[in-house]
Amino acid sequence: MKTQAAGRRSLPLSRLLITLALVLFGIVFLLPFVWMLSASLKPEVDVFNYPVEWIPKHWQAIENYKKVWNGKANFPLYYWNSIKVSVLTTLLSIVVSAMAAYGFTKVRFPGRNALFLVVLATYMIPAEATLVPLFVIYRSIGLYDTHTGLVLLGGFSVLGTFLLRQFFAGISDEYIESAQIDGAGHFAIFGRILLPLVKPAIATYAILRFIWSWNDYQTPFIFLSDKALYTIQLGMNAFADRNGQFYSLVMAASVSAIVPLLVVFIVGQKQVIEGISLGGVKG
Amino acid sequence: MATPQTGQARTPKPPATRSSRRLREIAAGYVFIGPMLLGVVVFTLIPLVMLFIFSLTDWSFLTGYDKLHLSGFGNFARLLRDPEFGESLLHNLIMLLAVPIGMAVALLHAVLISERAYGSSFFKVIFFMPQISSIVAVAVVWQVLFHPSYGPVNGFLSAVGVHEPPKWLADPHYALPSVMLLMIWIDLGVSLIIYIAGMKNIPRDLYEAADIDGASARVKFFRITFPLLTPTSFFLLITGLIANFKSFAIIKVLTDGGPAHSTSVIVYDIYQQGFVNLKTGYASAMSVVLFVIILAITFLQWAGQRKWVHQG
Repeated sequence: MKTQAAGRRSLPLSRLLITLALVLFGIVFLLPFVWMLSASLKPEVDVFNYPVEWIPKHWQAIENYKKVWNGKANFPLYYWNSIKVSVLTTLLSIVVSAMAAYGFTKVRFPGRNALFLVVLATYMIPAEATLVPLFVIYRSIGLYDTHTGLVLLGGFSVLGTFLLRQFFAGISDEYIESAQIDGAGHFAIFGRILLPLVKPAIATYAILRFIWSWNDYQTPFIFLSDKALYTIQLGMNAFADRNGQFYSLVMAASVSAIVPLLVVFIVGQKQVIEGISLGGVKG
Repeated sequence: MATPQTGQARTPKPPATRSSRRLREIAAGYVFIGPMLLGVVVFTLIPLVMLFIFSLTDWSFLTGYDKLHLSGFGNFARLLRDPEFGESLLHNLIMLLAVPIGMAVALLHAVLISERAYGSSFFKVIFFMPQISSIVAVAVVWQVLFHPSYGPVNGFLSAVGVHEPPKWLADPHYALPSVMLLMIWIDLGVSLIIYIAGMKNIPRDLYEAADIDGASARVKFFRITFPLLTPTSFFLLITGLIANFKSFAIIKVLTDGGPAHSTSVIVYDIYQQGFVNLKTGYASAMSVVLFVIILAITFLQWAGQRKWVHQG
């Protein structure tokens, strides 16, 4: 219906021209990525040739990527660490957020609204402001320099509760009442009835949480120091610091750091875009 | 994850009295919100209380808790006189300019993409790319592209006849604007998607009525689209302001606060004092300032939301 209304307003020709202009702007917009990919495929001496050789004249792709993946930097380990931290963070966050969203919408108990306000209020407290005391706490209780520490920090983020709460609130209480008449307890209702109903919302949140967790630089940067625990972001940074003069290699590493998320994004683009429009969330 | 409880729930229960059922309901409520509440207490509320205590000390965490003594508001007095912190605060304020500029670019593209071009979902994906990319990788590419002597951007500028093109990230006068440009580039996709979602809520018949009256595209934009998007714009403005004050990773990986302290921001100073110089007390005082700023913006949002339509 939108196309119809819009079609009436702008002529096909002007529509084509605007599309063309947007395509051109889109290409310029993506040039940094194209340059990154192109530089990762060529020998170092060709990287700064001007005019830019977007399609390499001399190819050295396999050697470049081999040096990144089989070199001293240990990219396979960084990848594994990132996968581990991101997957566990996402799982923990889904369980904690979905349970809280259910509790805040479908169970009646005194203090519920007040407690929800407390949780809402903590969302306004910037994580950056509490980094210093959290660091002190982490060092005293042994969570500093552990993956567990990162997973807990991301997993207990309150954002998921807000997102999922909207969906749980949208489900009629009749489901719950009739299940309760059949003798089902809250855990059965939560696991068997509600969770399947909000599956799409959970998928959306899971993809967003995974992306944020994978791309998070600040938390691992502050709370990790052991190189063996580095996530891809820290590993990539260390690699760039050490090989700063070898731009073809740094670009090969950059491409390697981006590709997994690009795949996740292409597969889940609908969910990502829905999630962003819905909550107006910003990573 | 609910299996053991599920089993319990299915066994036939003795007829429960009203009050015991009520107790079970309360218990269930706390079991469900318990983990989240615990997380909020451990990872946010306790650190917040500690933050306020630390900010009144000149403690360093290395010396151990027994050296932790309250020493009054000295840190805050020192902050007022600290020229570096003042500069960082100023940089944050200058960076706020990127928010309305980014919003204007996003709004323009949202209108074009959703109403006047083909392939809207394609463009949404294109403009979202920087958002899903690793900030480290993005920063590295920008450093190279904007490299003063052999970067392709200056290569292009020299080729089209610009003498002495700016040194971008290497020049204290251009470094901060360069950072802002990168921020706008990264955030365009998110703002764009939120604007497009906001535009879907504008009733179509308004445009149809305007068409009947023979209104031009410009009039329709300024009389319908723009005013009806006020809640969306306000939301983007507030989240943008907050995100700007919280920025750290982009500064750390792109410029490390330099050159000559020209791109340092509040959180960068917190990091320097708290984690490099190990001045826990002083860094905590800076964090309190950050906290108060964000709190003030949040109150602004709260006041504004009461005035304008509440955002779903």
